[in-house]
Amino acid sequence: MDVMEKLTILTDAAKYDAACTSSGAQRGHKAGHIGNTSSSIAGCCHTFSGDGRCVTLLKVLMTNCCVYDCKYCVNRCSNDTRRAVFTPEELADLTIQFYRRNYIEGLFLSSGVLVSPDYTTERMIRCLDLLRNHYRFNGYIHAKAIPGTSQELVTRLGLLADRLSVNIELPSEQGLTTLAPNKTRKAIFRPMGLITNTLKENKEELVKYRHAPRFAPAGQSTQMIIGATPDSDRHILSLTQSLYDKYSLKRVFYSAYVPVVENTLLPALDTKPPLLREHRLYQADWLLRFYGFRAEELLDEDDPNFNPLVDPKCSWALKHPEFFPVEVNTASREELLRVPGVGTVSVKRILYARRARKLEHEDLRKMGIVMKRAQYFITCKGKILDGLKLQQDSILRGLIAAERAALPGAELEQLSLFEQAG
Amino acid sequence: MEIIYRYDGTFEGFLSCVFDSYVNKEYPTAFQDEAHIAGSLFPARWVGTDLRHAQRVLVSLGKIDPYARELVVKGFLTCAPERERIIYRFIRSLYAVGKPLLRQLSDEAVLPLLKAVRHLDGEVHLLKGFVRFSDFEGTLAGEIRPKNRVLPLLRPHFCDRMYNETFLLYDRTHREALVHQTGKWAIIPLESFKMAAPSAEEAQYRRLWKRFYDTIEIKERRNPGLRMSNMPKRYWETMTEFQDEDYFLAGADPLPEHQMQRRTLEGKRHDAR
Repeated sequence: MDVMEKLTILTDAAKYDAACTSSGAQRGHKAGHIGNTSSSIAGCCHTFSGDGRCVTLLKVLMTNCCVYDCKYCVNRCSNDTRRAVFTPEELADLTIQFYRRNYIEGLFLSSGVLVSPDYTTERMIRCLDLLRNHYRFNGYIHAKAIPGTSQELVTRLGLLADRLSVNIELPSEQGLTTLAPNKTRKAIFRPMGLITNTLKENKEELVKYRHAPRFAPAGQSTQMIIGATPDSDRHILSLTQSLYDKYSLKRVFYSAYVPVVENTLLPALDTKPPLLREHRLYQADWLLRFYGFRAEELLDEDDPNFNPLVDPKCSWALKHPEFFPVEVNTASREELLRVPGVGTVSVKRILYARRARKLEHEDLRKMGIVMKRAQYFITCKGKILDGLKLQQDSILRGLIAAERAALPGAELEQLSLFEQAG
Repeated sequence: MEIIYRYDGTFEGFLSCVFDSYVNKEYPTAFQDEAHIAGSLFPARWVGTDLRHAQRVLVSLGKIDPYARELVVKGFLTCAPERERIIYRFIRSLYAVGKPLLRQLSDEAVLPLLKAVRHLDGEVHLLKGFVRFSDFEGTLAGEIRPKNRVLPLLRPHFCDRMYNETFLLYDRTHREALVHQTGKWAIIPLESFKMAAPSAEEAQYRRLWKRFYDTIEIKERRNPGLRMSNMPKRYWETMTEFQDEDYFLAGADPLPEHQMQRRTLEGKRHDAR
């Protein structure tokens, strides 16, 4: 089998993994090595595929052979599909040649489980070792830690990679038991905890010895599949919150389930991937990481799922009229961050500009604040925007209209505005 | 009195205009680059470039605030129509008001410059990813057609990343090239540049990349609108994955010029929608 065929099979098998970021490691050029890692906080997208998702890394599996039989997965052993294995040399050569041409930022290496987790991880290590130490590749590497791998191997993997991730796969234990019989929640969280601890120790070592080898400098992330099991948004978001709290994860990714197999335990094959739901979860995830929200503020037992019509921040704002209006000229950073239509960049600009003089509504518009959303929730020098009607339903209608055009379409069509608004 | 300043089109020339406008106690209404002089009803003054004058203006800006200086330097790289007038207005206000002007984000003397520079920074950020190189016997070459003059800002990124490489990056819009060889670089004017035909090996890596690009898409999630807003069509012209079949054949001619123009037009129509 030639490299073209292997690349096709092993890309096709890796494409459902959502994570494709190159942020978090800032490493300049090193003498005698190839490349560096992006200095931008936002990472660097090298292209966008036809589905609109960013392509940053060469995202492939080392092999799609797998001894496990997870029901939702294209690579499960009972699936009749073509199998391939990259040799370390092939993979290293592809990475270097793609990188030199500026096609990619680095390598995202995942793998099906060949023989055993330890065996697979050793092969991955051999591959990354070749890339780092023989080809002297200094760019970004994201590697998957496979549940069940021994501690020593995970540590070695982390010393070669910029970021490690362990996929949670399904948001609940119950989902795992039915759909991924070879995986248990404990087996997934063990390596995650291990990585968190090693990261902490490494940080302390680096304080003592500046040249101590760095363990996964871009931290750890995870992903879970949305819509394959009946878990609520609330459950998923609380899980996310606890992952950030307890495991200091850098990112949690969500992947809308795309039906790839007929199984009575799974959604039917003609089910559309729940893109809007995934979108809402990402919006909420940003609120947790950058806006000072907690999961329990956004969803509760009475409202366990996100409103498809308005984004989570607007939704929160509509439920908390007592918090508003916020006076732009005196409010704290934390308060401003809670105003719909005001993002982290807007807040920075407001705080910077208002030290020179008091801001008016017109100033905010010019500074790039999304007034279509923000207008209902703010005052400037004590005044609300002229001619604005502040009634619950007109606000809701305005907010829905402000976002609608940008949403993933399919699911919205079935919803009537009045059912939800009433 | 309305007056137009004419200069040689260089950044130092423009700063010399700023210097002279204070010497002459004038407020020029427009600036004309030597290369684009159009007839005008207003009287015009030719300003010769004086490097010492230019240096004095630049240093004075930096003394008020390094960020102000950065805005002026970057502003001159932007594609904003009448960028000189926009920058000039900012400098006048800056000398009058001082550092606090920088906090007036919505002020008419500041906002147009901020917008132009944000557009420039945005394009630089995108191009760090969208630039494509081809390997010609060990030397790398790439082309872009940006709106702003991005090469000076892309320079630190690519020279650090590709420290050990010899490469050339050609800007089709401004007809200049960034050339680099192990730590040494230059940005030079280059009237035209035509990439050589790919070797068998180069063509193979192009095909591998194209295959990867086509395979990584999840067909069930197809969303051309989202792709276009993340990566406007005008960038596709020089990106490997969007070229015609010929581009992936060893020894084949690179894109002929007329085809590239057609593509650009298509891109424009999409942008307008």
